[in-house]
Amino acid sequence: MMYDLIVFLPLLGAAVAGLFGRQIGHRNSEYVTTTLLSISCALAWIAFFRVGLGHHDALVPVANWFTVGDLQVNWAFRIDTLTAVMLVVVTTVSTIVHSYSFGYMHDDPHRSRFFAYLSLFTFAMLMLVTSDNLVQMFFGWEGVGLASYLLIGFWYQRPTANAAAIKAFVVNRVGDFGFSLGIFLVFLLTHSVAFETIFAAAPGLAGKTVHAFGIDADAVTLACLLLFMGAMGKSAQFLLHTWLPDAMEGPTPVSALIHAATMVTAGVFMVARLSPLFEISPAAQTFVIVIGATTCFFAATIGLVQNDIKRVIAYSTCSQLGYMFVALGCGGYAIGVFHLFTHAFFKALLFLGAGSVIHAVSGEQDMRNMGGLRGKIPITFWMMMIGTLALTGFPFTAGYYSKDAIIEAAYASQRSGAAFGWLMTTIAAGLTSFYSWRLVFLTFYGTSRATVAPETTDHNAHKEPTDTHHASAHGHEEATVAHDTHPAGAAARTGHHHDDSAAAHGAHDDHGHGHGHGGEPHESPPIMLYPLYVLAFGALFAGLLFHHLFIGEGRESFWGEALVYGASNHVFEDMEHVPLFVSLLPTLMFVIGLAVAYYVYLMRPGTAERWASANKPLYQFLLNKWYFDELYDLIFVRPAFWLGRLFWRGGDQGIIDRFGPDGIAQTTLGATSWVVRFQSGFLYQYALVMMIGIALIISYFMIVGVR
Amino acid sequence: MPVDYSVSLVLPALILGLGALALLMVGAFRGEKSAELVTGLAIAVIGFALLAVCYAHKGDTLQGYDGAVVQDNFGRFMQALALIGSFATLIMAIPFLRREGIHKFEFPILILLSTMGMLVLISAGNLITLYLGFELMSLALYVIAAFHRDDVRASEAGLKYFVLGALSSGMLLYGASLIYGFAGTVSFHGIATALVGHQSIGVVFGLVFLSAGLAFKMSTVPFHMWTPDVYEGAPTPVTAFFATAPKMAAVAVAVRVMITAFPGIAIEWQQIIIFISICSMVLGSFAAIGQTNFKRLMAYSAIGNMGFALTGLAAGTEQGVYGVLIYMSAYLVMTLGTFAAILSMQRKGKAVETVADLAGLSQTNPAMAFFLAMIMFSLAGVPPLAGFFAKFYVFQAAIQANLYFLAVIGVLASVVAAFYYLRIVKMMYFDAPAESFDRPDTAVRAVLAVAGLVMLLIVVYPAPVVEAAAAAAHSLF
Repeated sequence: MMYDLIVFLPLLGAAVAGLFGRQIGHRNSEYVTTTLLSISCALAWIAFFRVGLGHHDALVPVANWFTVGDLQVNWAFRIDTLTAVMLVVVTTVSTIVHSYSFGYMHDDPHRSRFFAYLSLFTFAMLMLVTSDNLVQMFFGWEGVGLASYLLIGFWYQRPTANAAAIKAFVVNRVGDFGFSLGIFLVFLLTHSVAFETIFAAAPGLAGKTVHAFGIDADAVTLACLLLFMGAMGKSAQFLLHTWLPDAMEGPTPVSALIHAATMVTAGVFMVARLSPLFEISPAAQTFVIVIGATTCFFAATIGLVQNDIKRVIAYSTCSQLGYMFVALGCGGYAIGVFHLFTHAFFKALLFLGAGSVIHAVSGEQDMRNMGGLRGKIPITFWMMMIGTLALTGFPFTAGYYSKDAIIEAAYASQRSGAAFGWLMTTIAAGLTSFYSWRLVFLTFYGTSRATVAPETTDHNAHKEPTDTHHASAHGHEEATVAHDTHPAGAAARTGHHHDDSAAAHGAHDDHGHGHGHGGEPHESPPIMLYPLYVLAFGALFAGLLFHHLFIGEGRESFWGEALVYGASNHVFEDMEHVPLFVSLLPTLMFVIGLAVAYYVYLMRPGTAERWASANKPLYQFLLNKWYFDELYDLIFVRPAFWLGRLFWRGGDQGIIDRFGPDGIAQTTLGATSWVVRFQSGFLYQYALVMMIGIALIISYFMIVGVR
Repeated sequence: MPVDYSVSLVLPALILGLGALALLMVGAFRGEKSAELVTGLAIAVIGFALLAVCYAHKGDTLQGYDGAVVQDNFGRFMQALALIGSFATLIMAIPFLRREGIHKFEFPILILLSTMGMLVLISAGNLITLYLGFELMSLALYVIAAFHRDDVRASEAGLKYFVLGALSSGMLLYGASLIYGFAGTVSFHGIATALVGHQSIGVVFGLVFLSAGLAFKMSTVPFHMWTPDVYEGAPTPVTAFFATAPKMAAVAVAVRVMITAFPGIAIEWQQIIIFISICSMVLGSFAAIGQTNFKRLMAYSAIGNMGFALTGLAAGTEQGVYGVLIYMSAYLVMTLGTFAAILSMQRKGKAVETVADLAGLSQTNPAMAFFLAMIMFSLAGVPPLAGFFAKFYVFQAAIQANLYFLAVIGVLASVVAAFYYLRIVKMMYFDAPAESFDRPDTAVRAVLAVAGLVMLLIVVYPAPVVEAAAAAAHSLF
């Protein structure tokens, strides 16, 4: 019953706000969804302690969904520690984001829709994490995808938001294609989609092969790789990552909830949930490590040079997800999930903090136009500081425990590819530190560079500027490149940028009203700050409080049966024996990153520009995100459009329509006018027609004769 | 089969005939003022005749007057339909005639006489009776077509109808004489007997000419040319009458002649009917698309519908006849409803007739729009309305008789026809409203509403019609 409430209360909230939002008003919609979610959240914490400490694991059947032959799919909740952890993360962050949105969305004309979407997302995510079979998981998987699409495109008047929403959806389709194939293969192998049965059958599957395309592939490896493809899409891993930065077109609370704390970690959850399968396929695990490590390094490098505050955090998210996958690939499932847990707090904190900054500077998102905000918005500054410390792994903050554990695990693991994972994660740790401190220094330190304050100064949080150089539509990429080639920070550039920004403001000012703050940055209202405190607490202490349970001595009793480790997997034992320098290295990387950032941005401002112009090709390469969008545009988008046009213009319009509906209609009209012309009105012609008719019939019978 | 000379065999026709004579006296002596009274009485007379049809000799098959008259379920079913058609058109005609200033007492009397001709025609048992009924029906029709004699178009319509009608009567008569010459008898049963083993091209020729005469009255291609002009030119109530009652009689006699008199040359007459049917369905469907005048559109609609009905006859089976009967019932109701709608189309006391005048009717007169839409959907053959089942039965019969080609053409033609019916619905519901119509008279509204409801209810409670039609079809075999 409790679990039913946890999962279905958000759905109820979504239904009420979504269907009756107009009738009950925005304020009531907000209260209803947030209250229901708070109840759900409270219950989730109770569940967490009952399951995590009391071990009241449960399998809660809800209903039969469908039964076709062998295939039986039920709605059921599988409640174990892994689920409980996810429940806590999802409901907590969601509740916080709901209440934060009270302030952030306070003057949006479609607030009840926004809250309905948020609650709908939460429901789908809860469905995903509580699923007891692959199909139900896929239901939740698609549900969060839908909610993500709706929320990225929430400001649907903006072309860029729509393009970003579609991009997110399409890229995820690629991953989901793999996921569904994976489900089919698992069903083929085990004749079931229920986890219980699959896990029971898993050990027997080792060594089985499937024959496809003339190749005998290891069945479990293939299944794992296909399923992991889904995880790559949802968790924005290398090659399928391109949608995540663009998803920042959505309102900032959405970025915090969906594109940082919860949905993007669904891939991590999935791999952890399927640990019994991955454990018997070392090849798949290696693949996971390589992808994770590549992502974490690659995203961090891009994060170094981005100027949009939300994009920096978005790439940081991408990079941190890579960390989690490295942990999973190394067999340290608990570590990956632990990082997921702590990351949810500090990354949501960073995003909501960034939202608060953006709110404070009237919708500006470009860090080159910020600076010196420390004194003006001190609370936000400290919150961001805490988030940054946790992310970069300052000792005893949340990130320190989880991220360092991943690096140690990568060093200790015996898996092939683990060394690569260790190298990449270690370097990325330094990069993380650099770009995080760069963000803090650019935003809060130095002097204000907002020389030309956005003229309109309307303090509508949702007027985040639609800079053309953030355009995500593929067709706009040329413009993007041209725009971004100016050296960062050039004075002329700044003025130029503001023109864009102001124009965007005007264009999207659908109910424009200025609060008349005169462009002076101002602290956010309390309703937006309280959620930050909660998250800050988590970011500071989640590691300290829970590392013992998650990855320390208490882990075995804590996780119970939720995560499965194969016989050859002794990564935890090995971690205890890593050399001292490995343990200290992440902290060292943190210090190096901080020192470099301090030197570049505070001691010697201007160094960044010098470095950038000295290494222009490299800088361009990073600024343009390794040219992935351009590459995909060339390989996939253009040919797809070309093919689409061919079929549309040539096939559909040229052949089917021309000879089908249009042609027939045309012929019909022609026949009609021909027939009507016969009706001349002349009596003798009428009589003639009758005579001809009778003559025809008579002649026919004369020729044919009678039988 | 018992043979007698009982008056009761021709009771309904007799009621109409005597009624017409009596009303003529009333009119003659009371003068022009008596139009209202005579019309009212004429409606009552038709009502009595309808009762007589429904209750006299219920279920029996009788022959009388040396086989000149046949009383059977089939005849009674079709007579009832014809009488319903006359009854409804006469009711709807009153307000129109009054408004146009042509409300004269001769009109209802002519309707009575014409209807009497139909009853005779339907119950004909030999070629003489057939011709008698045919001419009685037609002569009255020629007159009422031109009833609005000050109107050029009506006069033209009457004249065209008369000339071409005379031509068709001549053909029919010529055909009848050929048949008599080759078969040696005029009785349908006699002909059937005579033809067994003695098929000759002469009889077939006679049949072709006979069919031409009947096809003219059914307004089927290629003997349809008068239809659009007469429908458009004649006063609207007259058109409504043309479109309903005479069609019942013509189809009925065609079915009776083919089935009872010429089973011996079934292959030949089936080919004739198939030819006529295909031409009618195709032409009716295509030509109607080009029409802007609603009455003219209904003329082509009638041509097409007769084509569909004849697919049932082409099958030549009991099921086929059953389909024809169902089809004619549905057609009668749909046509009456449509003409009720056309009669409702008037602005500031002046009748308007174009389809475009219906634009946005759903906003100015939602009830009328709804019922007319029902009828249009039914005509287009959209399930679950009556029109769908009508088409279903005739096509089913055609398929069971292995006339796949005919059925396929029929279905395709009905797809084309659906276009112009649905266009009317589209105009009523999705186009910007035109000026609203005057409030239609009660009688017209009642006919429209009843027709619309019958379209819907026939699906819920089809038993009376279906059972009667089944019995009627059975009585012919």
